[in-house]
Amino acid sequence: MRLTLKIWRQGGQYKGEYVTYQLPDVNPDMSFLEMLDVLNEQLISQREDPVAFEHDCREGICGTCSLVINGRPHGPMKGTTTCQVHMRHYHDGDTIVIEPFRAQAFPVVKDLVVDRSAFDRIIQAGGYVSVNTGQAQDANAIPIEKETASRAFDAAACIGCGACVAACPNASAMLFTSAKISHLALLPQGQVERQKRVLAMVAQMDKEGFGKCSNVTACEAECPKEISVENIARMNREYLAAVFASEKEMA
Amino acid sequence: MSEKWEDYKGHVPLVAPNNKRRIDVIIIGSGLAGASAAASLGELGYNVKCFTFHDSPRRAHSIAAQGGINAAKNYRNDGDSVYRLFYDTIKGGDYRAREANVHRLAEVSAHIIDQCVAQGVPFAREYGGLLDNRSFGGTQVSRTFYARGQTGQQLLIGAYQALSRQVKLGTVKMYNRHEMLDVVLVDGQCRGIIARNLLTGELERHSAHAVVLCTGGYGNVFYLSTNAMLSNTTAAWRAHRRGAFFGNPCFTQIHPTCIPVSGEYQSKLTLMSESLRNDGRCWVPKNPADRLKDPREIAEADRDYYLERRYPAFGNLVPRDIASRAAKVACDEGLGVGKSGLAVYLDFADAIKRKGRATVEAAYGNLFEMYEKITGENPYEMPMRIYPAVHYTMGGLWVDYELMTTIPGLYACGEANFSDHGANRLGASALMQGLADGYFVLPYTIGAYLSREIRTGEIPTNTPEFDAAEKEVRERIARLRGIGGKQSAESFHRRLGKIMWDKCGMARNAKGLEQAIKEIRDLRAEFWRDVFVPGSDAEYNPELEKAWRVADFMELGELMCQDALHRNESCGGHFREEYQTEDGEAKRDDVNYMYVAAWEWKGEGEQAALHKEPLEYEEVKVTQRSYK
Ligand SMILES: Cc1cc2nc3c(=O)[nH]c(=O)nc-3n(C[C@H](O)[C@H](O)[C@H](O)COP(=O)(O)OP(=O)(O)OC[C@H]3O[C@@H](n4cnc5c(N)ncnc54)[C@H](O)[C@@H]3O)c2cc1C
Ligand code: SF4
Ligand code: FES
Repeated sequence: MRLTLKIWRQGGQYKGEYVTYQLPDVNPDMSFLEMLDVLNEQLISQREDPVAFEHDCREGICGTCSLVINGRPHGPMKGTTTCQVHMRHYHDGDTIVIEPFRAQAFPVVKDLVVDRSAFDRIIQAGGYVSVNTGQAQDANAIPIEKETASRAFDAAACIGCGACVAACPNASAMLFTSAKISHLALLPQGQVERQKRVLAMVAQMDKEGFGKCSNVTACEAECPKEISVENIARMNREYLAAVFASEKEMA
Repeated sequence: MSEKWEDYKGHVPLVAPNNKRRIDVIIIGSGLAGASAAASLGELGYNVKCFTFHDSPRRAHSIAAQGGINAAKNYRNDGDSVYRLFYDTIKGGDYRAREANVHRLAEVSAHIIDQCVAQGVPFAREYGGLLDNRSFGGTQVSRTFYARGQTGQQLLIGAYQALSRQVKLGTVKMYNRHEMLDVVLVDGQCRGIIARNLLTGELERHSAHAVVLCTGGYGNVFYLSTNAMLSNTTAAWRAHRRGAFFGNPCFTQIHPTCIPVSGEYQSKLTLMSESLRNDGRCWVPKNPADRLKDPREIAEADRDYYLERRYPAFGNLVPRDIASRAAKVACDEGLGVGKSGLAVYLDFADAIKRKGRATVEAAYGNLFEMYEKITGENPYEMPMRIYPAVHYTMGGLWVDYELMTTIPGLYACGEANFSDHGANRLGASALMQGLADGYFVLPYTIGAYLSREIRTGEIPTNTPEFDAAEKEVRERIARLRGIGGKQSAESFHRRLGKIMWDKCGMARNAKGLEQAIKEIRDLRAEFWRDVFVPGSDAEYNPELEKAWRVADFMELGELMCQDALHRNESCGGHFREEYQTEDGEAKRDDVNYMYVAAWEWKGEGEQAALHKEPLEYEEVKVTQRSYK
């Protein structure tokens, strides 16, 4: 099939603009990123600068790929990363608009590549259990109800891609942050640092310049791992409880 | 043997806490091996710098591991023990691994699970709230711990969180988007690295008292593999060129269950976890005429469940090398299914009938979904079509018992070293090895070396050695950019991959390997004449990164063929067509080849020198491997 691509280019010779490309012969079995590979091969053979985009695993787990495709982070399909989108979902003659994940806290590096290191700093603020290597007890010493472990897993499945931020009109990072808060708050291992953790991570999130949450829930709709907004509600409860507890301590 | 590690730990020299702060350690890589090592050394109080070319430590290729991680916990009471895990690993590796290392691996395996659970890794649990297990190939016990089909993700996130905690505490400094392009030796010792900042293109010098490479495997030398796109050999290869021996480079694992290639544009292959062979049955039609028929309409009597037929004791759960070769044999006989004829069926119809769709979905739901996304077919209704693909490299930098390479002060952990899996790795053992190395082995063994470094003081980087290394890197980048040819680095990589797959893949022979060596040399010459690298070196430039990596892959590819050519036997994943038993099984030659081949770099265009580390088996009796 024949496709027209309108791609955001920024850096080098481009100031930040859409550039249009034609691809005459796209195979429907190709993945979306393989289609961009073909475009880049074409550009290189014409001695032009290829389009920069990020990817690695190409199977939906590393969280490296991004792209807003026709206005939607990770493209049209529910629960799917860009690297898992295949061209059979497009038609001959289609025009596809491709942009980076945009947010103040995600500065553009080049073309479609953005800097998502703010997420690392949110985790560094407290997204862990403080246990040194060698300090652990036997793994079966604490039974955890299957259902609870499973809910913790649902939250832990976040791949840190940032689509939630790109989808949100306020560029809020609530879904990402709350997924980690929930993962650890649901498990017995996470209890000791529970309150300290939520305060520190929320503070870091604000410091990074992510916006406030106004319950639009576009994040959940676009999240490739279908992380639920219930996590945001849980984080808000955790936060209030922690603030209340620390005020009580101070009083 | 069984006391060796305990004994070692009891006698290894220690570094006092106040001295650790004055000792710098560089870790390259933040996958399971790198993140666990960096976090653990940070906790001990060393001054750690950790480098990754990824934008975040959490992106490392380890994230993609699906099926699980082994540990000798014997929670099933099914007869597992440290000895049995040790034995299975040695046997699975076709008696080409070092006993002492493997025994240690089995010993520490149980602690890994404890550590990960304490970090909050949500392993699968049973209704009673205790941990669940599944079976993997090459074993008769159930010792694999798993987290849905995302075990690597959850383990890496656990290690990443431990690492993040040390970053916060200031013991570890992260250098994301930094690629190590050389190691620096001073008086024969490894004293630092040259790294390129991938955002600015700047070259940086970093010194340390020891450097640890946790840079993963080199399966992408085949171009198409299940490895992440950016996985590469550069760090290991550069170390090799500086004097680190390369161990068993030809030992490659071809995984039996991957989604088949669909076209020329294909950029990578996707694994379907080995755990599927717990319930999926492999078969091909008995009659070539049925190749393209709807498989559901092929009668039971007209199907050949070839693994169950050939290996009744292990059936569909034979080790990977055996399952892969059996699939190849079936396709070579003209029984392969689908348009390309390069696929076999993996069928879940029986499992769905026996256990119900819901149970099958709970165990493999995400894998089925992944399969459907890629192929557009629904595996609940239609048997999967699968074919073997390159997956893992048992070979890697040669290391001693302490995980040190032949360069003093340079260590290698995880898939980057050659150590534990011999000629074939068992499923769920790479995650185990990466975390064993990083959490429980290196933190002890590196102390032996660093205890001699407490008086060294900070190592300067304004020395002739660093000058020279940086200059070489700069010149190589300039050379790559200066060629200004016509072909992309990608196109060379693709061609290299085809040579490797055809002639150094699932089956090898002397004639093909000799030819491959010649073809690779020609390709390399063409590359240095005609590659085109767009963009500048002072900016974010993925094409430049790729060109450098492909150049290194081409050198490694030749060494792999040399190694495969010299090893006149078949063992594990290394199948030389000239050496097989009457029924087509690998035929080892223990008299002449029971050794690790450790290759020494002798210079560009020169023949690498072979060193042999003889393998002696004290604990296990060496036998012909049989899964019948
Ligand atoms: C699809 C798939 C599924 C798998 N499933 C399983 C499984 O179920 N069970 C199992 O046991 N094993 C499995 N494996 C194997 C296992 O995942 C890997 O062997 C293991 O994760 C490797 O970990 P590592 O830490 O050694 O390297 P990696 O995770 O590959 O990490 C390498 C790190 O090094 C960095 N790096 C490399 N070179 C440089 C450089 N020059 N400069 C700076 N940084 C550099 C990278 O950025 C990265 O951080 C699977 C493998 C694949 C491909
Ligand atoms: S919550 Fe979802 S969208 Fe946001 S980073 Fe995690 S996986 Fe990506
Ligand atoms: S490339 Fe890894 S999730 Fe898309």
